[in-house]
Amino acid sequence: MINTVVLSRPSPRRARMQPYLYILPAVIVIFAVIVFPLIYAFYVSLNNVVGQSQTFVGFANYANILRSDFFWSSTGRTLYFTVVSVGLEFLLGLGVALLLNEDFPGRGIMRGLLVLPWALPTVVNGVLWSWIFDANYGALNALLKQLGIIDNYVIWLGEPLSAMNSVILADVWKNFPMVALLLLAGLQTIPDVLYEAATIDGAGRSRRFLSITIPALRPAMLVALVLRTMEAFKVFDIVYIMTKGGPANGTQAISYYTYVTTFQYTKFGYGSALSYLVALVILAMALGYFKLLKANEE
Amino acid sequence: MKRKSGSPAKRATLVCVAFLLALFILAPFYWLVVSSISEKAELLAVPLRWFPRRPTLSNYATLLGGGGMMSVSGGEVPPFKTAIRNSLTVCLTVNVLCLTVGAVAAYAFCRMRFWLKKQLLLTIIAVRMLPEISLVVPLYMIMRNMKLLDTPFALIIVYASFILPFTIWMLKSYFQSIPAELEEAAFIDGSSRMGVLTRIVLPLALPGIITTAIFTLLTAWDEFLFALIMTSTYAAKTIPVSISEFTTRHLIDYGLMTTGGVIAALPPVILASALQKYIIRGLTEGSVKG
Repeated sequence: MINTVVLSRPSPRRARMQPYLYILPAVIVIFAVIVFPLIYAFYVSLNNVVGQSQTFVGFANYANILRSDFFWSSTGRTLYFTVVSVGLEFLLGLGVALLLNEDFPGRGIMRGLLVLPWALPTVVNGVLWSWIFDANYGALNALLKQLGIIDNYVIWLGEPLSAMNSVILADVWKNFPMVALLLLAGLQTIPDVLYEAATIDGAGRSRRFLSITIPALRPAMLVALVLRTMEAFKVFDIVYIMTKGGPANGTQAISYYTYVTTFQYTKFGYGSALSYLVALVILAMALGYFKLLKANEE
Repeated sequence: MKRKSGSPAKRATLVCVAFLLALFILAPFYWLVVSSISEKAELLAVPLRWFPRRPTLSNYATLLGGGGMMSVSGGEVPPFKTAIRNSLTVCLTVNVLCLTVGAVAAYAFCRMRFWLKKQLLLTIIAVRMLPEISLVVPLYMIMRNMKLLDTPFALIIVYASFILPFTIWMLKSYFQSIPAELEEAAFIDGSSRMGVLTRIVLPLALPGIITTAIFTLLTAWDEFLFALIMTSTYAAKTIPVSISEFTTRHLIDYGLMTTGGVIAALPPVILASALQKYIIRGLTEGSVKG
């Protein structure tokens, strides 16, 4: 904000109109394609839509959703996915960031490698891991068997919990590098003098880690956690590719549930209401995120 | 960072851990590529061989030759070339749109004072956070009513508006890092606002623009949900949708799927490796600052 200098210009009327001309294209696009559809979706969510006909039902769709067991079990699965995958991505990311903050040969190459899973398209990631997890010919079964870890091939995607954990592993592999890079950037802002001073004062390794590294890394950790949590809560692509929500709906996260309800059962009113609830949850997280960022800046 | 690297034993341990990490990252990539150059019989061999006896590019020939051809497994191969063309059209158009519209708006947000500026900025941030799933339902209905479903145009409009808030936000933070005195001097020399933006601000913000362009391109290239719902034929299907259909419409043919995967992964992976420093900067700056 320091550099926000408002430059003064002659010819007052034109100058006064100018900012609006500059932002107009962006505002039109954002309002036409995002804000208006959102309002429209709210209107649709108050209706029961069958084919081309609509009947106004008030908040009945919302009431039905909140009463439906399936909604809550789907929310539960989404939370499981979010907590476990973000938790693992965070721990792995932190470990990798600490590793790459040390000085050893090959450090630069490792940093370059981290960008690769991040750049891989999500759909390709899903295809790749469903192939690796394939029950009959998959690389994971082959590897574990050839190493003598398992005796028989495992049907990784065949049971609800094991399928969910497989999807989580695929998600973690793609996303922990982003967490690692964010945390590494945070680590590199910690001045070495702090560590030197602490060492002179007799602080040991773990003491230095707890009293210097962790507090200094707090902002980066919060950013990484909240961004990943918001992303994970929206999970759709990888579920669609790897399991289609199955088996026995075991991987049906809330976005996927909304998709199925709206586009396979063509319940547009109910689906709109669902998508509104998802948006509310995400926006609440976003609000929390900005509160945290603000608190960190002060 | 330049802490003492400790004993040789410690360094050796670090290198070992790093090696395992590299293996964890690279093994799936290795398998993606190897699967795409293997014959079907070798892929389905038990016990599995980790490198094909006779590497072949036949999957690539089948996929890129595309259009009414039959694959080895008997399913019809979709015209993958068309999907590539659609993806390229959509991505590049969206990128140009977002960068031009975004740069002009970002400049106004950064250097001008106007009514509702704060509220508009807040709207832009909120929009950036919205989940795709909550927009896909109304946008599908609107595009259906306007008879725009299954056109690249619909995808371009939707992607552009979805990515635009992010573009504005990133560009704004880069523009703010340019000293306003430089612009002041140009004004005194008689430059117009647009002249200052194109001749002074944009060249100085070039690294930031490159970063923003990479993120815009990758997001559009990667997008799946909207493309899945708003396209139904090869008039508009993009690469991700096309790849996803190898799993549903045909027999699962992992040879072709991984081949499609390699082709889809090449542009972003090359871009990301070549422009690594921009990505790392974008990841940290883009998210930390907003």
